[in-house]
Amino acid sequence: MVKHVRKIIQAGWGILTNAYVRGFIPGGPMLYQGPLKHFCVPGMNCYSCPGALGACPVGSLQAVLNERHRRFPFYVLGWMIFVGAAVGRFICGWLCLFGLLQELLYKIPVRKVRVADKVDRPLRYLKYIVLAVLVVGLPLLYRTRYGAGDPSFCKYVCPVGTLEGGVPHVLLNGTLRPALGWLFRWKMLLLVLCIAASVVIYRPFCRYICPLGAFYALFQRFSLVRIRVDSDACINCGACHRVCGMQVDPHVMPDSAECIRCGECMKACPVNALSFTAGGKGFCSRSTGSNIGSNTGNKKHLRRLDVFS
Amino acid sequence: MKKEITGRIPVLLMIVGLGMCVVGVVTGEAGVIFMKAARICMECIGLG
Repeated sequence: MVKHVRKIIQAGWGILTNAYVRGFIPGGPMLYQGPLKHFCVPGMNCYSCPGALGACPVGSLQAVLNERHRRFPFYVLGWMIFVGAAVGRFICGWLCLFGLLQELLYKIPVRKVRVADKVDRPLRYLKYIVLAVLVVGLPLLYRTRYGAGDPSFCKYVCPVGTLEGGVPHVLLNGTLRPALGWLFRWKMLLLVLCIAASVVIYRPFCRYICPLGAFYALFQRFSLVRIRVDSDACINCGACHRVCGMQVDPHVMPDSAECIRCGECMKACPVNALSFTAGGKGFCSRSTGSNIGSNTGNKKHLRRLDVFS
Repeated sequence: MKKEITGRIPVLLMIVGLGMCVVGVVTGEAGVIFMKAARICMECIGLG
């Protein structure tokens, strides 16, 4: 049930934040330009998408940092700190349209790749480098001869912008097509690689590239909403680890920086040992529909049966 | 005690975050974002 609820919320949020239908009509206004564009959405969502109602925090951060007259990005950074402190990477698991797309691609029935730990672990740090260099460093330090900076991540990497902004605009507006050059081809190549990788690897962009996920990951241990493990109920069966697409071991590290708090581990737990908490108080856990795991007696019983070996 | 502290840290961070948002709005940063977000970002769509 949690699985379907999450998909519905992901899709619903994606539609809600990209609900400017007139932007998708050829010859129409091309983009929403109303007051909602003052506000950032919590997840990755290109503000150049024809339907976008809000601003992408990553794009906005670069826009402020690469201004001709330097200023500290109080507003964007404050928003990102607020969201990160409230829910951490819960946003990645529940309110990111590009995350949903990757999950749907992963459902295509082909042989899947579980990235070896010795490759996966170092690659996880790549997203922090992307955040530090392409989102903060270059927009802040590099200046063109006209005095303005470059939104380096959006310009050279972001597949979300290519998918939500570039492709629709090029399809809808013939006047933009003559401007297509090496940059568009490069970004299309990255998008195609990302899509292809998503078919065999679970959420590769979120795991290794996404700078917003990297920022929210910094708050995983402090955020208000977290995952709690009831160590008395846990039988160390490893079911949560096996089901986790992000290759996290929730019963060992429930606050892992990689956890997107999708709740799949809760669904897989046979003894209901995992739950969401807010400020230390549990508010959501999977209901087993039976009394399995309701006390330590059941824990001993399950160990004796060895049902998960 | 530990639970109390871990419950306070995110709340404090959220308050700091909201405070920064207010400062940003007062200093006109939201307007900068609006100016960027309300037109097609050629770099973002690969045409810059």
